[in-house]
Amino acid sequence: MDQNRKVHQFKNPVLNWIEFRLPIISYFKKEYGDYPMPKNCNYFWSFGALATITLITMIVSGIFLAMNYTPHTDMAFDSVERIMRDVNYGWLMRYIHSNGAAFFFIIVYIHIVRAMYFGSYKYPRELNWILGVFIFLLMMATSFLGYTLPWGQMSYWGATVITNLFSAIPIIGEGLKTWLLGDYNVGNATLNRFFALHYVLPFVIFGVVGLHVAAVHVHGSNNPDGIDIKSKNDSVKFFPYMLIKDTIAVCVFGVAISAVIFFGPNLMAEVDNYIPADPLVTPAHIVPNWYLAPFYAILRAVPDKLGGVLLMFGAIAILFVLPWLDRSKVRSCNYRPIYKWFMMAFFVNFFVLGYVGMLPAEGLYLLIARVGLLYYFGFFFIITPFVGWIEKPNKLPLSISDVYSKNIEASLGGGQKEIPSTAMEKDSNL
Amino acid sequence: MRLFFIIFLFFSSIINAAEMTSEKMPKHDWSFEGITGTFDRAAIQRGYKVFTEVCSGCHSMKLLYYRDLIDVGFSEAQVKVIASEYTILDGPNDDGEMFERPARPADRFVNPYANDNEARASNNGAYPPDLSVITKARKYGPDYIYNLLLGYVEPPEGMEIGNGMYYNKWMPGNQIAMPAPIADGSVDYDDGTDNNAQQLSEDVTHFLQWAAEPEMEVRKNLGIKVILFFIILGTIVYLAKNRLWRDIH
Repeated sequence: MDQNRKVHQFKNPVLNWIEFRLPIISYFKKEYGDYPMPKNCNYFWSFGALATITLITMIVSGIFLAMNYTPHTDMAFDSVERIMRDVNYGWLMRYIHSNGAAFFFIIVYIHIVRAMYFGSYKYPRELNWILGVFIFLLMMATSFLGYTLPWGQMSYWGATVITNLFSAIPIIGEGLKTWLLGDYNVGNATLNRFFALHYVLPFVIFGVVGLHVAAVHVHGSNNPDGIDIKSKNDSVKFFPYMLIKDTIAVCVFGVAISAVIFFGPNLMAEVDNYIPADPLVTPAHIVPNWYLAPFYAILRAVPDKLGGVLLMFGAIAILFVLPWLDRSKVRSCNYRPIYKWFMMAFFVNFFVLGYVGMLPAEGLYLLIARVGLLYYFGFFFIITPFVGWIEKPNKLPLSISDVYSKNIEASLGGGQKEIPSTAMEKDSNL
Repeated sequence: MRLFFIIFLFFSSIINAAEMTSEKMPKHDWSFEGITGTFDRAAIQRGYKVFTEVCSGCHSMKLLYYRDLIDVGFSEAQVKVIASEYTILDGPNDDGEMFERPARPADRFVNPYANDNEARASNNGAYPPDLSVITKARKYGPDYIYNLLLGYVEPPEGMEIGNGMYYNKWMPGNQIAMPAPIADGSVDYDDGTDNNAQQLSEDVTHFLQWAAEPEMEVRKNLGIKVILFFIILGTIVYLAKNRLWRDIH
């Protein structure tokens, strides 16, 4: 080992003792204390912190639920209701966990929207984006597994429909499905392994989140203008400047999620899941969790089963290559006059897909789903490469501090609309 | 994000509207609705009487214990008496034999049938669903239950009603295996409350809503405190943030 390495000195001797043996104190100081954040970052940049906090909340509430849950087809439903009735604050843990899952997806969707709109996936943060898509995939798997555990009607039939998708794979499909289920049908073996996997996957997510955060800290966070930090004046320290903004975001989020947990805990749940699973009675509509509905719409938009499965997984797989489909060097859509509107249309389209994914796949709904499917893939394969090629981006600002002081002037000026640009440049040099 | 939620609620209401084929489910006024809604304990106690005298003849209530009734205002002594009126099969005892004994407050509500098959056989093949979480397991919850109980009207002209089935305005598919359970005066109230069909249906629905969400009052009470906490903390942090960022140019 390098005996001459420079050891950070602190006033506290205990910290020095630890630091000499494990330089974790200086690591935290560097990554979460002095870490430079572009100072023009808006509240969209708080959703990463919100997602981390939600993940931890889900893990903690989930551990308490697991202590009282019984993964057996005869007892699972009743054990969940026992948690709601007879375990101290069990109802709180369960409602935090079930609504937390939905809010986790809302947060992550906004986080992804932010990354796409402001071009955070571009050089040099491609790997960061790829890790993020992995997290998203793991989240979808985890939420699907978790939805099975209460063993209600939607749990059982949702698990049946989704695991059936694997049987569409040629040759190995049927065997693979049986291997996954541990039986020929969804049954006790399935519930047991789904519980085991649902318990372990969040810790895998936690690990990938660690890599995701480490990766973003190498080149620093992107910002609404998509330009790099050039001088010290462009950034603020994470502590306390960004931390305090993240705390505000947590409080607003806390109000929103509490409103649902305490006053409408079953708003986002399917009523059929309060009916115990019955393999002999099929519910009228089998619907996934609403946050997975856009992908369900893509699955059902194609008359061919295998085609639908491939497109559904393709819809997620395509995200992996987005950094290479987009040829534009300009990150932020704020400076891309054409692509910006296609991007907005993409978000609306995704929302519409989710909407029709919750409705029966017939008539007009099926037609909308097919149009939405075309736009989804057309956006990635045609619009993104093509627009990057023909579009003439707006002029980027000189520096972050330049654009920041312009924004401050504009908000302080109130009624004043036009400020002479020379005055602003002068101000930014202060 | 809240905007997303509002948009979501908006769309989900459209989904609800799209699924509705004919008439809109009428809303009933419930004391347990709203942010500060509470249960009406007298109504739950009356509802329990309706449940025991009418519903529990066919429907089970597997998730409730007799001791749960203490929460709605019955005294411990009363609950002991209520429980002891039921007989449950216990055992095996030290001699290896099963025996019958009166139920205790720590026992679950006794099932009307020995098993699901007996329940089906006694009801023309239709299984009377367990009522423990029935208001959470049906769309429109208590409004659906209330309207269903009063929804036995004359079928429209020319509609074929299956053998052993009854027409109900609010049942999905309009055919229900349960005969009209409640009529004016089916249950006598001890406290002199009017026992017309509307009142009986309202009370029993109130009881079922409590059975499905016994934690509701504690939940709403805690919710107000948690939300106030976030609002106050958020305001303080917001002011601190403005002060902190004032010096950033």
